[in-house]
Amino acid sequence: MKRKERKLIKTTTWSAGPGCHGGCGVIAHIEDGRLIKIEGDKEHPWNQGRLCARILAMKQYIEHPSRLRRPMINTGERGKGKWKEVSWDEAFDYIEKKMKAIRDEYGPESMIFAMGTGRDIGPWICMLAYAYGSPNVMFALSGNACYSPRIAALDTFQGDYCVFDAAQWLQKRYDEPRFKVPECMIVWGYNIHATCPDNLFGHWIVDLMKRGTKIISIDPRLSWFASRAKYWLRIRPGTDSALAMGFLYVIIKEGLYDKNFLNNWTNGAHLIRKDTNKLLRESDIIPEGKNDNFVAWDEKEKRPIVWDTSILEYRPYVKSPMITGNCKIKTIDGKLVVCHTVWDAFCKKVFEYDPEKVSIITGVPAKDIIEAARFYGKGKPASIHWGVPIDMTPNITPLCHAIASMWALTGNLDIPGGNVFSRFAFDAVAYALPGAEGVIKLKSKEQDLPRIGADKYGPFRKFIWRCQTDTAFEQIFTKKPYPIKGMWIQTCNPLAGIGMDPKKWEEALKRLDFVVGVDLFMTPTMEYADVVLPAATFLEKDGVRSWWVPLQSINKALSVNECKSDAEINFELAKRFDPDFKWNTLEELFDEIIKPSGLKFKELKEKVWVFPPEGHPSHPYHRHEKGLLRPDRRPGFQTPSGRFELYSILREEWGLEPMPFHEEPPFTPISRPDLAKDYPLILSTGRRSPVYFYSEHRMIPWLRHLDPDPVVEIHPETAKEYGITNGEWVFVENWMGRARFKAKVTPVVPQWMVMAAHGWWFPEKKGEENELYGVWESNINQLIPMNAHGKDGLGAPIKHLLCKIYRA
Amino acid sequence: MEEKGIKGLLIDYEYCTGCYTCVVACAQEYNWPEGISGIKVMEIVENLPGGKHYLVYLPFPTEVCTLCASRTKKGLEPACVKHCMAGCMKYGTISELAEEMGTKKRMVLYRPR
Ligand code: SF4
Ligand code: SF4
Ligand code: SF4
Repeated sequence: MKRKERKLIKTTTWSAGPGCHGGCGVIAHIEDGRLIKIEGDKEHPWNQGRLCARILAMKQYIEHPSRLRRPMINTGERGKGKWKEVSWDEAFDYIEKKMKAIRDEYGPESMIFAMGTGRDIGPWICMLAYAYGSPNVMFALSGNACYSPRIAALDTFQGDYCVFDAAQWLQKRYDEPRFKVPECMIVWGYNIHATCPDNLFGHWIVDLMKRGTKIISIDPRLSWFASRAKYWLRIRPGTDSALAMGFLYVIIKEGLYDKNFLNNWTNGAHLIRKDTNKLLRESDIIPEGKNDNFVAWDEKEKRPIVWDTSILEYRPYVKSPMITGNCKIKTIDGKLVVCHTVWDAFCKKVFEYDPEKVSIITGVPAKDIIEAARFYGKGKPASIHWGVPIDMTPNITPLCHAIASMWALTGNLDIPGGNVFSRFAFDAVAYALPGAEGVIKLKSKEQDLPRIGADKYGPFRKFIWRCQTDTAFEQIFTKKPYPIKGMWIQTCNPLAGIGMDPKKWEEALKRLDFVVGVDLFMTPTMEYADVVLPAATFLEKDGVRSWWVPLQSINKALSVNECKSDAEINFELAKRFDPDFKWNTLEELFDEIIKPSGLKFKELKEKVWVFPPEGHPSHPYHRHEKGLLRPDRRPGFQTPSGRFELYSILREEWGLEPMPFHEEPPFTPISRPDLAKDYPLILSTGRRSPVYFYSEHRMIPWLRHLDPDPVVEIHPETAKEYGITNGEWVFVENWMGRARFKAKVTPVVPQWMVMAAHGWWFPEKKGEENELYGVWESNINQLIPMNAHGKDGLGAPIKHLLCKIYRA
Repeated sequence: MEEKGIKGLLIDYEYCTGCYTCVVACAQEYNWPEGISGIKVMEIVENLPGGKHYLVYLPFPTEVCTLCASRTKKGLEPACVKHCMAGCMKYGTISELAEEMGTKKRMVLYRPR
């Protein structure tokens, strides 16, 4: 018998299908157009041959009998499941006709384009929305509370995002002589089971631990890291901002900060007026002075000097102006105002949080706070990795400000082994993202005007080019200031995963005139679509990835029936909606996206990954010193002051607190003792499963077998108190609703908290006749409200609600 | 003489993260139906004095593990070892592995069926 020819195709994982945040290098073994197996690529610097369980189950994913394989039109009432298979042409014609009718009658902004978590969906959904003319691209999570709040926050204070350094920018990785292994790493609200968060590879932290890095784990659960940490700070969920302030207290009081960084790279010397508590600006003291120049005090000459933001120098030149102390300055209206420095104001704020007080708020012993803060402060280098719980609290931005101030003040920013700027490889940016414009953009500023939430929330005007989710969601019901008529929902499952208060989402979907769904499987959400289009996995598509470094290509290895990639689907419709659509083929578009690399897509496909060269802004280290971060190439950061802002100019301008602080979240035993009477336990949700990605994968047998049921973790003492035994079904309930879980009695959770798994629905159950695959049985989001985001439109209380539990 | 060539699996359970990669890697390689694999991973929460705990994941080779004879004879690593996210599994001769075991704590050496 002749052996079948086996093709080995090198590619990059990044896709919905199979829920890959991406970056791993794989080799697909293909015979006769079928996937035989998938293996990690040993040569690939990202994962070095390793792979997670989800991708190793790819064969069952690709060939799954219930995968969507052809476009379908809903012929009955939505939710009843009367589906008819149609050709792509029919589906495209139908969608084009319906969406154009909505656009003609109500304007393009009345169509929302909803996506789930990042993966490679962002560029293609923006491409479609913008070609249609709508600025309303929605990341369907309340408070946009995953990643973009952290990115926007860092863009606000330090101009660029940064991540922990595991030498991921360098081909030789840990063997690269420039790289240093951090002595200390804070793992803040992250467990290893979220294998690849935030465009990173979580097991890099394990690599560092093996090389000597010691861990400080901040987590209410005994996570894998907590169990192996030098210091484990078991924090009460939602009090992270107090803890970060406590860290800063110790770092500053004990002089563990880097004075050089403070003096030269922060706005610590800039003056704040004591009469208004606002920054003193050049326009306050000189009639023709500029509003965006600031003022410091020259101690030697006893005179104010101007920080000129167009040249990033003091006029007249002074190397180190006063960093602490008061001064009196005459303003143009003849008043003599007393000013102090940003550093003094910052310290004053921080000194409100002594370890004893922080201990009371957070539940972490003061001694542990002090010792851990010292360990971090003295670590040379030291880094911080933060997880999505940072976004999942309304006080997200001040929390980020406090944490960012920790790495900045300890001199750990953009140094080997510290927190390192993560720029898109070669600065090749596909679409509008925080801090970057991208190749795919709206045609005009006017088109962006109706974007929901941009008028209300500063970060949505400056950094986040999506609509504010809760505001847009409400608008479906209020129809004010304009009605929402349709939704394009692409690889996004608000009824089961990303939607808080999901029954209200169901209500919202019912109110829309037209819903298009794109996914790989039927889901509860897809049951509410008028048309469903079958999407491809990463093995069935071409693509490019520049989420951070290296620049990578996704190389098509096979096809499955009529499935098309998200890019192909949206490209076809974008052409139909926009007569001036710029590109003729997807390859032309890929070429344009990666143009800064000097490569054509065809060439990148051959290489699969390329690293930006030394001296490029997307290559480390010390970039603020070398002038690699700002468009004007002056040393400094891409902030309004050009410095790391301990006092945020943008936040002041947006009418928000310009310095970090702690605020108790809305639904805790402290803020709502009234609710806590009936719901005495803290409900935390969303701990990761090693085999699932959010609401995906429940239909993959190899994976489901390993994590078969929705689980709530309960401490043994708490279980005893409520008469619950291990493995028993229980209800978790609060004033919003209830959901059913299997009790896992385990001391990994504290007595006062339960941890409920998220993303549960049951693909093995019926979808039609509004049964929706049992999505209301165990969906924990039924206990979480929408509209509880922070003052800047960001964050949501997903990690700290209240509940009671009882046997089902 | 033969004793020397006997192969085994060395696991560093300090670093096993419970990622279940090994389980699925084996299932993929040998097309096992769900529920069967050459390796199983157990979660163990150790109770320690003073109300402390230590969380361990421990992989355990089952009766169907062949130590990837089909792969190793081609010079490939076992599927689980190759893909292990924590790089905490090692395949080799028992004597080599035993020697390595002497150099680090929290290790377990298996000679499967
Ligand atoms: S670790 Fe993440 S990127 Fe890598 S294969 Fe798994 S899901 Fe995909
Ligand atoms: S050595 Fe091979 S057969 Fe044994 S568990 Fe690992 S993958 Fe399975
Ligand atoms: S693959 Fe490695 S780290 Fe993952 S469970 Fe198995 S032995 Fe542990």
